[in-house]
Amino acid sequence: MTTNENKDQFRPEGHENDHFLLTTVVGSYPKPKWLNRAKELYQDPDHGFDDDDYQEAKDDAARLITDEHERAGLDVVVDGEMRRNEMVEFFAHRIDGYEFNGPVKVWGHNYFDKPSVVSEVEYDESWLVDEYEFTAAASDRPVKVPITGPYTLANWSFNEAYGDDEELAYDLADLVNEEIEKLVEAGARYIQIDEPALATTPDDHAIVGECLERIVEDIDEEVRIGLHVCYGDYSRIYPEILEFPVDEFDLELANGDYDQLDVFKDPEFSKDLALGVTDVHVAEVESVEQIEENIKKGLEVVPPEQLVVSPDCGVKLLPREVAYGKMANMVEAARNVEADLDEGNVDVERGAPAPADD
Amino acid sequence: MTEYVSTTPGLFPLPDWAKDDLSDLKGHQKHDLVSGDEGEEITAAYEDAREEVIGVQQEAGLDRVVEGQLRWDDMLAHPLAVHDAVETRGIVRYYDNNNFYREPVVNGALEFSGDVASELEAASELTDDLQAVLPGPYSLADLATDEQYGDEAEFLGAIADFLEGEVDAFPAHETLFLLEPSLVENAPEDGVDERASEAIDQVASATDADVVVQPYWGALEEKVYAHLLDADIDAVGFDFVANQEDNLYNIQEYGATDDISLGLADGQNTLVEDPEAIRERVDWVYDQVPVTDFETVYLTTNTETFYLPYAKFEEKLAVLAEAADLAEVKAA
Repeated sequence: MTTNENKDQFRPEGHENDHFLLTTVVGSYPKPKWLNRAKELYQDPDHGFDDDDYQEAKDDAARLITDEHERAGLDVVVDGEMRRNEMVEFFAHRIDGYEFNGPVKVWGHNYFDKPSVVSEVEYDESWLVDEYEFTAAASDRPVKVPITGPYTLANWSFNEAYGDDEELAYDLADLVNEEIEKLVEAGARYIQIDEPALATTPDDHAIVGECLERIVEDIDEEVRIGLHVCYGDYSRIYPEILEFPVDEFDLELANGDYDQLDVFKDPEFSKDLALGVTDVHVAEVESVEQIEENIKKGLEVVPPEQLVVSPDCGVKLLPREVAYGKMANMVEAARNVEADLDEGNVDVERGAPAPADD
Repeated sequence: MTEYVSTTPGLFPLPDWAKDDLSDLKGHQKHDLVSGDEGEEITAAYEDAREEVIGVQQEAGLDRVVEGQLRWDDMLAHPLAVHDAVETRGIVRYYDNNNFYREPVVNGALEFSGDVASELEAASELTDDLQAVLPGPYSLADLATDEQYGDEAEFLGAIADFLEGEVDAFPAHETLFLLEPSLVENAPEDGVDERASEAIDQVASATDADVVVQPYWGALEEKVYAHLLDADIDAVGFDFVANQEDNLYNIQEYGATDDISLGLADGQNTLVEDPEAIRERVDWVYDQVPVTDFETVYLTTNTETFYLPYAKFEEKLAVLAEAADLAEVKAA
């Protein structure tokens, strides 16, 4: 069995199997109802629930969900993004140069406070170091830090200040780089860049690549950098993305029942694959057996040492017990597949599909 | 002398209070979206919001007033999404935007609906400068899935018949805007371009009002543009925010309609243009094209404006009205 040092740094001591399929999550998790209630009280000017109270509630929630991830057995945990509201808003509030003008429609009556970039973006206070340090202290397990990528931060904002979105994305990438330096200094070893906007505009993959070059500049190679992309036509970005300076691609594939899996078989997938093995848009917990089958789909693309197991996307829209059930079954399934691999009981053919006769 | 007419392609953002109220009344899920037979409370909220956005346009001084299309949860797919012969399925992406609509699947005969006509009836009580807005037949067919007609040409024909019937039921209006982003985003191929133009011609023939066909998110391919000029319409719109060169090329090479619609303010960016700058862009277009004079020049945002926060949307309307006034003064 070959090894993968970057991935194996997260292998728990005393791991039960020889094989190790790292289990983790994309990031977001359903907020406990009381946290939403606490936020309402905090926003109610007539109520005495103050800054400190709300901070305490968020701390409690972060501890609770980190613990829930541990109970589910995940090898690498996140705090479920309990302190974050929306993936662009949260960061825009912390970056100089952004302003907010009110909610805009995404679909139906779902809105978000799409911010406007009104002047050059600048790094002010740290975005995530406090969040990371708190979660790391609350858990003995390694902690992953998801960060919204610069391309998405640029694309999902109104751009009033830059000649084009590309220029804005590169400036934001430099800020993300600065933040990762601070996170690494604080002890973080696993960073995930989220770029859902790439799915809307796949032709811009070169811009995302250039952003990533800036993001990883002077970052120690031991630090694991992942890229999460979801809900798109992957054939339009593969194999170009293999050139990106990242260790891992985290891909949503269960939702489409792996109909895009073949895209990644040719040419050979040279990075680690964090495979989505549970569908976050179905509010039913898949069985352990089903998830085992899904995990084996990943083995059609990469050998076990390059495989990471994760849900398709953030699970925040699921009922909390369903989210937990999916995590727990996912971990059980991963451990079962590891044991089968140890025993040589997994028969999966890897590589390019046979060309169709024509 | 050229008449400058300030207007918009409609599909406004809801006022913020209406975003809140209607979220509460309707909900956030797919099955909560507008059905075409909304209850009293929801109808009342939309009526108040409609009155408000009509007031905003009047106050800004726009020359044409649209209904606002505030009920169009599915954006340009709305007229089908609320139709009896249509089943709405999954949420799908709206062109290349971070916006989504319900995929309308046509699985019955597209009979007359009257949904848009009744919105316009209500609006016509509040303004004498009414402008109707509809998706053009090519875009509406492009946004939908056909399980009834079985053939691309036949489906486009059915959509054109349907829209023609809808327009026929409209109350009196000054102008009809047919929005055709798909002509750019999913350009029709040989043969289809001609049919698209015929379909537009058919819908346009149902009204005595001036008809403006507004493609956006770029410029039309030349053949598509050339065919579009064959349709009996009053103006073609040009998205000069997204693309200047190819739009100018089309006008230089193939000429233009007697009237023209200029998308000069950005419907998708909060940066509010200076009215004087918009007027200068009008001059710039004049300098570049061989046409000496247009009868009517519509000044508008390039796209719908629901992408904007409400306050910025209001500012954009005021800019357009002022730019048209400035252009008028200069021309005189």
